Amino acid sequence: MMACLLEAPLRISVLSEVTATSRHYVDRLFDPDPQNVLQGVIDMKNAVIGNNKQKANLIVLGAVPRLLYLLQQSSSSLELRTECAVVLGSLAMGTENNIKSLVDCHIIPALLQGLLCSDLIFIEACLRCLRTVFISPVTPVQLLYTDPTVIPHLMSLLSRSRHTKEYITQIFAHCCKTPEHQTVLFNHSAIQNIAPLLISPSDKVRMQALKCFSVLAYENTQVSMTLVNVLVDGEQLSQVFVRMMQRDKPIEMQLTAAKCLTYMCRAGAIRTDDNCIILKTLPCLVRMCSKERLLEERVEGAETLAYLMEPDVELQRIASFTDHLVSMLADYFKYPSSVSAITDIKRLDHDLKHAHELRQAAFKLYASLGSNDEDIRKKITETENMMDRIVSGLSESSIKVRLAAVRCLHSLSRSVQQLRTSFHDHAVWKPLMKLLQNAPDEVLVMASSTLCNLLLEFSPSKEPILDSGVIELLCSLTQSDSPALRVNGIWALMNMAFQADQKVKVEIVRALGTEQLFRLLSDPDTNVLMKTLGLLRNLLSTRPHIDQIMSSHGKQIMQAVTLILEGEHSIEVKEQTLCILANIADGNTAKELIMTNDDMLQKIKYYMGHSNVKLQLAATFCISNLIWNEEDGSQERQDKLKDMGFVDILHKLTQASDPNLCDRAKTAMQQYLA
Amino acid sequence: MSGPSSGCGFLMSVVVHGDLALNEQEKDLNQRLRRLYPAVNEEETPLPRSWSPKDKFSYIGLSQNNLRVHYKGHGKTPKDAASVRATHPIPAACGVYYFEVKIISKGRDGYVKYMGIGLSAQGVNMNRLPGWDKHSYGYHGDDGHSFCSSGTGQPYGPTFTTGDVIGCCVNLINNTCFYTKNGHSLGIAFTDLPPNLYPTVGLQTPGEVVDANFGQHPFVFDIEDYMREWRTKIQAQIDRFPIGEREGEWQAMIQKMVASYLVHHSYCATAEVFAKSTDQAVHEELASIKNRQKIQKLVLSGRMGEAIETTQQLYPSLLELNPDLLFMLKVRQFIEMVNGTDSEVRCLGGRSPKSQDSYPGSPRLFNSPVHKANVITDHLHFLLSPGFDSNYCNGVSSSKGHTLAHSHKSCPRTMPSPELGVLNGSRGQQTNVGAEVEMEVDHFSNGVFLCSKRQLCGGSQAAIERMIQFGRELQSMSEHLRRERGKNSANKKMLKDAFSLLAYSDPWISPVGYQLDSIRREPVCSTLNSAILETHNLPKQPPLALAVGQAAQCLSLMARTGSGSCAFASVDDYLH
Repeated sequence: MMACLLEAPLRISVLSEVTATSRHYVDRLFDPDPQNVLQGVIDMKNAVIGNNKQKANLIVLGAVPRLLYLLQQSSSSLELRTECAVVLGSLAMGTENNIKSLVDCHIIPALLQGLLCSDLIFIEACLRCLRTVFISPVTPVQLLYTDPTVIPHLMSLLSRSRHTKEYITQIFAHCCKTPEHQTVLFNHSAIQNIAPLLISPSDKVRMQALKCFSVLAYENTQVSMTLVNVLVDGEQLSQVFVRMMQRDKPIEMQLTAAKCLTYMCRAGAIRTDDNCIILKTLPCLVRMCSKERLLEERVEGAETLAYLMEPDVELQRIASFTDHLVSMLADYFKYPSSVSAITDIKRLDHDLKHAHELRQAAFKLYASLGSNDEDIRKKITETENMMDRIVSGLSESSIKVRLAAVRCLHSLSRSVQQLRTSFHDHAVWKPLMKLLQNAPDEVLVMASSTLCNLLLEFSPSKEPILDSGVIELLCSLTQSDSPALRVNGIWALMNMAFQADQKVKVEIVRALGTEQLFRLLSDPDTNVLMKTLGLLRNLLSTRPHIDQIMSSHGKQIMQAVTLILEGEHSIEVKEQTLCILANIADGNTAKELIMTNDDMLQKIKYYMGHSNVKLQLAATFCISNLIWNEEDGSQERQDKLKDMGFVDILHKLTQASDPNLCDRAKTAMQQYLA
Repeated sequence: MSGPSSGCGFLMSVVVHGDLALNEQEKDLNQRLRRLYPAVNEEETPLPRSWSPKDKFSYIGLSQNNLRVHYKGHGKTPKDAASVRATHPIPAACGVYYFEVKIISKGRDGYVKYMGIGLSAQGVNMNRLPGWDKHSYGYHGDDGHSFCSSGTGQPYGPTFTTGDVIGCCVNLINNTCFYTKNGHSLGIAFTDLPPNLYPTVGLQTPGEVVDANFGQHPFVFDIEDYMREWRTKIQAQIDRFPIGEREGEWQAMIQKMVASYLVHHSYCATAEVFAKSTDQAVHEELASIKNRQKIQKLVLSGRMGEAIETTQQLYPSLLELNPDLLFMLKVRQFIEMVNGTDSEVRCLGGRSPKSQDSYPGSPRLFNSPVHKANVITDHLHFLLSPGFDSNYCNGVSSSKGHTLAHSHKSCPRTMPSPELGVLNGSRGQQTNVGAEVEMEVDHFSNGVFLCSKRQLCGGSQAAIERMIQFGRELQSMSEHLRRERGKNSANKKMLKDAFSLLAYSDPWISPVGYQLDSIRREPVCSTLNSAILETHNLPKQPPLALAVGQAAQCLSLMARTGSGSCAFASVDDYLH
């Protein structure tokens, strides 16, 4: 506090000195003689070049509104207006704060207005300034789209000169961030207008045009499908991109061209087995992951590659053996390295900044690589310290890293072998459980999905997870607003209930509560409904369990079954429900809940005559359980069902063309004969 | 270029006539190898083109022009392993070398499919798979492991089997090697490779068959793209090479080199301006430079007679002391006569040697069909007189020199009376010594130099007679020289080639027609220029040319000592 007080007067005096000279520049903008004003602007231009302090001073002193006024005034000479645009462009080159101030002074509409002038030099100066403003992260890109006449006008200016080409494409490349932006640009013929610029003699123009295509095509089927049919100087666009990926081209160009082809491929515009993907794009992206590339390039390369091969196992296989990719990625975890800390502080800072990005990119790529092929998963888990890295990734502070780590874990958890070995050895369930306690939804979805796999009956992690109080957690997930989380919660419970002890089953029913269970049975999401039925089916297995659960919740369960069988549901849902009914029919006491419910028996009869074999089979199975000989009271049940006409139906079904159904009906008929 | 050799080629094509496809493949191979490895001098270091029938174990069989390898041993134990090497080691001047092997058959069932593709040095035991011994490297199909001079492999890539194409790339710049499978790079397999390795394959299973592609077919892997990357890297290294510690030193040296180059080639006006603006002294008198310039311009415009005359005038003893040089100049003069550019025949063609638009290309002068037919028959008659072998039309064999000389003498009928022309020519030239002579450098690009318009000696009968007369003089000069100074095969060949021009009805499109190209004046010009400079105790080569020569020499030395980067540092790339 004391130090500050002592310092303050000194700083003020320095500032006042600086502002005195700066004020002089601003004052000259108000000179009554236009010639003096012009000279003042030119002097100002020379004074601000490369001088951030001067720029800040002029902005504070209010130069911007005056410059904008002069720029917009039709009475100003063209030369003056141009010089004003140049000075504003120079001010924009400074700090982010400068840009904010310029945007606050409504520089964007003023400059866009300026583009309507016919003078090319003035237009270029305005565009240059607009470019600088728009590529700044602090400028809201939406400002480009507020006036609907702007985009078509920019399209019409595009081919005016080398500079208009460069600045406009650069603006588009930076301001196309949403599907709506893509559509606006697409509807104004961005593709036709920009495609010829890909073979421009200017490196800068080519590069910016290429960037435009990468942002236009990203997750956009319409654009991607159009791009494949575009010819540039008689050559297919994809071939132009392939040439831009040649190894002697600038890295930025190779990477961006690979992105374009990746997006086109993911949109279905190019097949994954096309040579331009398999022999060009994929190897190019693998090269981008190499140690020789800059950290930023390695991040983008890995992310793009992960995206490219996500849905295609063949690409995953090829990538897995290309240029030692799997072990190359291990290097992504070595930042900041011990060397960088020693050699210089700047390098350490740089490495630290990119360390998170590198790690999450590597996890993403591993996740994509291992999503289908068991051998690749094995290769990944055998990479040095891989499981440890995932485990520590799960508890990193950066959400991006945590998400990517859990994605990677999820991908590897599809392997039975890994679940049995490395997952158990490294107790990955612990950090996973911790992650589930408190995380954003997207992390939760991945984590709970992984947990589902860890709860499969052959997974040795199942026991310790059960002991850690996971049931409450999963039950709370089933109450989430997100369908994906509800599915994962109920799915995990379903896996957990499979061949479980009575104790576990009772605990699940208790924790979930029948109310929630029935709420889930009427869930709008079919997946949730299916998994809930699956849970019920798993709960209602082995006779003692069936009787116990039905004795306490029989009424509600029967109600729910009735409701589903009467409702508009898919075959799969009805089949699952009939299977539950068949399980109930297998109970000792539970059977009576069906036998005493004539309405239910009519329903079973109906499904035995259904046109779908699966439903017929499930319904027949149910009847077969009810009339099973060895059990008490089987005679009465057989009689009752015979009276209701089931024997005739069974007899008919023994003639069914489906061998399974035919067998099942014959077995049931034998119960009567015995 | 001439008869005997083309006749030979014809015979050969008759012999292999059934296998045209093979010739095509050979052509493809040569083309591809030249494109991939332009820096390789195959006379010094031939490229591998097939497997060597001499450098293999007996269990290996070769077929299909020694490109297909099959195994014919028992294949029971590792003792039955067998390898074969290519005919030549990989030259360092390749920079990046690549070959592919396609697995045609993985061999009989019930055997472990041992199959190794790689590299080995000369002398490594062939009763082994590549990779098992010192200076031997291999990638094995059964387990996908790489073997680096060791019996135990390291996990490297995927396994490979029937139908797969495995590529092996040697980087001679950083001495590493990587493999490819079906066009996909598998990453570095070996580092610190020794020089002079041979492509090698090894087999150990009965029925195994593999085919090699040393460039006979397009490669599955895009090796040229990989080469592009390394060319860019090497060139960036050259561009960034640090020069001259002290300020201005480098610049001063460059300026000196440029100035001396300009002086050497007598670009006197440019040299003067350049020296002035860069503040340098010129070590030769301006008059002397101008004299040389004058002579050079004459040579380069094809006016040899005037050039010789001027040289004799300005440097009286030069040609006297250098009879070989004089002979060379005269041979060139003969060629220019055929061309119709030499002053002596030009004046006979009805034009002044000074006329600036003049060159055989001017259609106005040569359209007329006046002499055409007779001219040709006449001069052929002259050549094909008694004692002259009709074979001659196919070109000149070395033994024909004498016959030609003989025919001269035995054919007085066509003897022209040359005096007038010669005198006219030299007189006209003498009087114009002081005048500027224009160089004719762009007559081809003018587009008027059409084949149909070209006529021997410009189409004038008198000029042809003068040319033939000159030819006889040249012949006797040659004989004289031989008597005086002994045989000189260079001179003999020069004369033979020049006379061969007359054997064709249209010398310009004949196999020896290249001599008529104006570009051939340049070596003559520079030899004469160097000779003049030497008599003044000035270097016969400018330092710039010396530096270029040294750089080229350096590159070939690098090639010999195994520095692969020479492949991507061609001097020519920096001269244009």
